[in-house]
Amino acid sequence: MAETRRSYLVDPLVDNNPITLQVLGICSALAVTSSLKVAFVMALAVTLVTAFSSMFISMLRNQIPSSIRIIVQMVIIASLVIVVDQFLKAFLFDISKTLSVFVGLIITNCIVMGRAEAFAMKNPPIDSFVDGIGNGMGYGLILMMVGVVRELFGSGSLFGITIFQTVNNGGWYVPNGLLLLPPSAFFIIGLFIWAFRTWKPEQVEERDFKIQTAEAH
Amino acid sequence: MSLRQIFDRIEPQFQKGGKLEKYFTLYEMVESVFYTQKSVTTVAPHARTFTDMKRIMSYVVIATIPCILFGLYNTGLQANMALASLGEPAMTGWRIGLMQALGGFGLNPANPLACMFHGLLWFLPIYIVTLIVGGIWEVIFALVRGHEVNEGFLVTSMLFVLILPASTPLWQVALGISFGVVIGKEVFGGTGKNFLNPALVGRAFLYFAYPAQLSGDSVWTPVDGFSGATALSITSTDGMTALASHGITWWQAFWGTIQGSMGETSALACMIGLAFLLVTKIANWRLVVGCLAGMIGFSLLLNVIGSSTNPMFAMPWYWHFVLGGYAFGLAFMVTEPVSASHTNAGRYWYGGLIGFMVVMIRVINPAFPEGMMLAILFGNIFAPLIDWFVVRANIARRAKRNA
Repeated sequence: MAETRRSYLVDPLVDNNPITLQVLGICSALAVTSSLKVAFVMALAVTLVTAFSSMFISMLRNQIPSSIRIIVQMVIIASLVIVVDQFLKAFLFDISKTLSVFVGLIITNCIVMGRAEAFAMKNPPIDSFVDGIGNGMGYGLILMMVGVVRELFGSGSLFGITIFQTVNNGGWYVPNGLLLLPPSAFFIIGLFIWAFRTWKPEQVEERDFKIQTAEAH
Repeated sequence: MSLRQIFDRIEPQFQKGGKLEKYFTLYEMVESVFYTQKSVTTVAPHARTFTDMKRIMSYVVIATIPCILFGLYNTGLQANMALASLGEPAMTGWRIGLMQALGGFGLNPANPLACMFHGLLWFLPIYIVTLIVGGIWEVIFALVRGHEVNEGFLVTSMLFVLILPASTPLWQVALGISFGVVIGKEVFGGTGKNFLNPALVGRAFLYFAYPAQLSGDSVWTPVDGFSGATALSITSTDGMTALASHGITWWQAFWGTIQGSMGETSALACMIGLAFLLVTKIANWRLVVGCLAGMIGFSLLLNVIGSSTNPMFAMPWYWHFVLGGYAFGLAFMVTEPVSASHTNAGRYWYGGLIGFMVVMIRVINPAFPEGMMLAILFGNIFAPLIDWFVVRANIARRAKRNA
């Protein structure tokens, strides 16, 4: 049992990562990764929401009628997101302002819904909680990796601490403006997926078709 | 021993089972520099033609020669005129030092050869960096993926250099061509599978990553402290009448002695290249017709609508044609067969879409005075969709006929 719980926690990091393997939660990964601090808070928020919503849904799983289960799940997730949102507004107002609508949009984050529907509805509360933490961390891991690339090369700093002195501040580093724009996260996530699948070839999807070669005949 | 014999002797080493099997790509690359490929298609359908990929790619490179020559001249001319107006304080850098060591040759704006020499000193470093860095990526992917090193890279590298401003820092050139080759082409499987134009992908990357070095008024002429706006940006701020007060006439824009990226300024040189591509049937004329129709039609419409606040509305189509990257893009990028639509009907629409978009971005979008790069990339993305509609329409038509 301990072994399976461990795999619930560790598997989503690389082997079954919600972003790089399942390609979920991309929208927020594009929007919040231009600075590490914001990405970190977002990762934390999603982890907590996923973990607790999975746990509460799992507790209620035998009471929830199948026909309205999505609505019940949404109510639980939305309540948790409101708690997180209010907490951020109260204690981390600056970050809450940068995250703006994306905290609210955790409600629609596919990872939260996906774990609730795919895991929490079939498994006991503690397992679901661990699974939520694991998936949140898998999401957070990619967010942080993308955030490191974007903040380091986009503004020459990490967590707001200057690493490369930029030209505008009298240094040598010319910041790459593209990395501060959300589309750059597409390339970076794509490159990470490429790296992950080169490292773990079993993650590579089967080809839809095969290109005919001259040798085939 | 003849060269052929040398190749024949070492070839077995690179064949399947040979000691150097992994490096067949490299062998193939060197061999095809000297000899025509022996391998022929073994599967149907067979179509006999004198054009193979190598010839197509070499023809495109040949077609860019007028643009290269004129680009060299204009880069040097603009730099020399700027130096003449700024005088001694602007005389810095190794290029100036070299030219002064040669007795001042290359600094005379009135001498075309001198201007070309000065331009060459700016063009060559960028071109060499592009070839080396892009070439390394090509060879890496060719070795890992086991495909051939393709002549297409020669086209990509040449186009990429011609659409850069002369003052682009070399490390940015290296980054741009890396992005263009890897993300624009190799991740999709290499030459022939790129749905975007790799040279434009590289330039778009630089444009958004380092706007200070790729746009604005001070990048086009590689002289410190000199500011020369492109004709498009003059018009977008001050209107058509300002062109005349900056001393820019239509003929000048047509010849190409204006500010702009290295190879794009001369509409005449681009048209010579385009004529060559059309005669050799490398470029499809339907793409050109579509792109011209879209641009002329939409700019005429905007002329009629008019605007009291946006002076670009008043720009006539024959100005759109000679300014910015329109002529260059029309000749070498709209006509690129891989990233364009593949059906004949689709080619009109594809060209038309680009022509429409370039005027749209230039005139109506306040952020970008120039729009050809973005318009072509936009068209590239829509090309498969256009083909899909054309094919569907054909199926529907035939189904009706045979019903």
